[in-house]
Amino acid sequence: MTRSVFIQLILLALVVLCFAALPFMTEGFYLTLAVNIALYVALCTAWTLFSGPTHLVSLATAAFFGVGIYATAIGVEYLPFPVVILLGGLAGAVFAAGVGAMTLRLSGVYFVIFTLGLAELARQLVTYFQTKIFGSIGLFVLTDHSEGDLFHYLLALIVVIFVTGWLIGRSRLGFAMRVIGNDELVARHFGIEVARSKIILFVISGAFIAMAGAIMAPRYAYVEPASAFNSTMSFLVVIMALLGGTRRLWGPLVGVVPFTIIADLISAYFPEHINIIIGLGFLLIVYLLKDGVSGILLKALGSNRLTRAQGAKP
Amino acid sequence: MTILVTGILLGGTYALIALGLTLQYGVARIMNLSNGETLVAACFAAWLLFTAGGINPLWGLLIIAPLGFIANGAIYLGLLRPLVRRASSQGMLEVDSILATFGLLFLFQGLMHLAFGGAYFNYQFLAVPFDFLGGSYALNRVTAFFAAVIIALALYLFLYRTRIGTAVRAVAVDPDAARLVAIDVGRIAAFAFALGGAITASGGVLLSTFYTFNASMGAVFVMKALIIVIMGGVGDVRGAAIAALILGVMETLVASLIDPGLTLAATYGLFIVILLFRPQGLFGGAKG
Amino acid sequence: MTRPILQIEGLRKVFGGLVAVNDVSFSVAEGELLGLIGPNGSGKTTTMNLISGALPATAGTIRLDGSPITGLTAAAISRAGVARTFQLVRILPGMSAVENVIAGGVYSRAGRWGPEAETRARELLARVGMEGRSDLPLSAMTYIDQKRVELARALAADPRLLLLDEWLAGLNPAELQMAISLIRSIHAEGMTIIMVEHVMDAIRSLCGRCVVMNSGVRIGEGATADVLADPQVMAAYLGED
Repeated sequence: MTRSVFIQLILLALVVLCFAALPFMTEGFYLTLAVNIALYVALCTAWTLFSGPTHLVSLATAAFFGVGIYATAIGVEYLPFPVVILLGGLAGAVFAAGVGAMTLRLSGVYFVIFTLGLAELARQLVTYFQTKIFGSIGLFVLTDHSEGDLFHYLLALIVVIFVTGWLIGRSRLGFAMRVIGNDELVARHFGIEVARSKIILFVISGAFIAMAGAIMAPRYAYVEPASAFNSTMSFLVVIMALLGGTRRLWGPLVGVVPFTIIADLISAYFPEHINIIIGLGFLLIVYLLKDGVSGILLKALGSNRLTRAQGAKP
Repeated sequence: MTILVTGILLGGTYALIALGLTLQYGVARIMNLSNGETLVAACFAAWLLFTAGGINPLWGLLIIAPLGFIANGAIYLGLLRPLVRRASSQGMLEVDSILATFGLLFLFQGLMHLAFGGAYFNYQFLAVPFDFLGGSYALNRVTAFFAAVIIALALYLFLYRTRIGTAVRAVAVDPDAARLVAIDVGRIAAFAFALGGAITASGGVLLSTFYTFNASMGAVFVMKALIIVIMGGVGDVRGAAIAALILGVMETLVASLIDPGLTLAATYGLFIVILLFRPQGLFGGAKG
Repeated sequence: MTRPILQIEGLRKVFGGLVAVNDVSFSVAEGELLGLIGPNGSGKTTTMNLISGALPATAGTIRLDGSPITGLTAAAISRAGVARTFQLVRILPGMSAVENVIAGGVYSRAGRWGPEAETRARELLARVGMEGRSDLPLSAMTYIDQKRVELARALAADPRLLLLDEWLAGLNPAELQMAISLIRSIHAEGMTIIMVEHVMDAIRSLCGRCVVMNSGVRIGEGATADVLADPQVMAAYLGED
């Protein structure tokens, strides 16, 4: 058992190293695409950490991402980039804790509605305070980080997210989330603090999403509220993650790669049609791909029950 | 005073939109996030009828509301009923219907964007001043408000004074008990969903007479409507009407006293207060 | 008499205009097996829900080993040492039987996790008669086996008080005999139990003492045989006065 885990780890490390070499081999369009894919892998996996076990559709991604962007935009002049990324994560965590504390004690619908307008709310508030207090609407982000650097940071973030997800899966918290996902009433009657567990996961997920935003900020060069808090991103993340399937940590990967490529092509050639694609994506998930592509893969392999029982052993 | 009246006039239209949503959610148990697209479609339909056919929007209501009824009924029967049938629990139906209606939201928004572009539309209907209590208001806003009041009253009388209306309320309170007294819950749910669509479409027609609209504003309106529904208590017609007026006044206050860019923030402020202090709605009792 | 582990005083629960539990008081001694009986709708299950924290009480106090638990959440009450089964079986469908039982102990009073939790879960499954069958998928289990898993899950919490809400309902005569002797043996090991039950034979053979409720009010309390012979109690069951 430990030996096979060890071998798997080595294989994974090799894969990560191969990806890390990517920026040295290509640039321009393909590197940009690779950064986009890495970004959405990070976002979707972080999203799944929370929304997978709780079945709560979070649309707060764009809000957390924007918080991260602003963390870099404000801090990068004074502090080293990695520190700024961590601070961005901290800001995202605090934000998530506030939102979670207000909504996750109540029924799921309230949470979805609250997160639906959250990015727009953040945009309005930031716009208002920036113009009122600083007198200008935008901020310059001046760094000398190349696309290749961003890719490396994202890759590191992805590894951290996966390791965290894996650890949660083996922890008491992860077990509690599975019980909650099965039956909240039973969970409550056996000592599990349902709201608190959900809030903890939401905070972890929000922190990672904000860190992704902090990493991506140099790409914007000039940050303004409308570009930092872009609601479309929240929906794209939901679709990609659900297309891939949220039962496994690696599920979203399957959805991200093809959908990012499609979304990139469409926004390049038919920018007017992106909403139609999002709409069809949602309908496709609900009516044809309930468990996502990874669910179908698992079913085809016939290993659904087996892996689940194994993964759950403490 | 002017702010208060303007807010109440705006609230009248909000009330209709929210009434449509509360019928759909309270009775058919579908949180219809694409409800805002019915609203926008109705705005465009009224605009088309007025500019191309010279039809007064108040007459246009008689055409557009039935269309809203048919379109929403078709959506329920074709797309949403299969979800209701396959759901093993209320929680599963909630997730499924949220995702499906998100899909419809984006699909319809994209299609309308394709048809009309992203530009803002409006038309001149009764754009004359109307003096009232020392303030001056556009006549179209006043007309829209009174039309909304009449429609809301008609809905109220329908729900509380007729047999079908009573059946609709019974399903809202307890579908299982309603089934026991021989109410066809499936049909009532479909009917309520369609009726909700018609009410929202009426709200859209009235809105278009005084409001500048565009193809992508549906999501913001559905957000406001959702907050009104929660504030009023899900399925509560009177609560929704009062909550809509509160929201209308609140928004107008913030827009005119602080900054017009903060209307959503005002809505959220109200939402947070409700979540923290009265999550069961303004007039709801203790939650079971 | 041994000291009371559970004391209920003036307990009251109102739903809208309906008084489901009206000023009920009783206590349970450590190691006792108390029957809570009464006709349908008499407030028994509501009383159980108030003890386990599924519902908040309108008034009154409940003390567990002297300290008040009224107003605590179900989770906190579970950590204080109350475990229960549910009127309609509530098994966790997406988890294995062993995981179901582990779930009973992780966050509750037992606080057991890791290999120790799994060992304990297997022991308990064997204890309730699931030896050799604990690795079957839940969907392949009979109703009585699912009830056994639920009982094992409650026991995994190391409770000081076990609430059985109609655990015997829906069993056939052979299963009933088995289930009665299982409860008796768990009680014999020192477990304090309150059982809500309609199966009178089980009440007679298991419970030394009973509390009888009708329309939310406590109408009788005492040794089982005496209580069941009380004309007022018989009237409540037969619906006459």
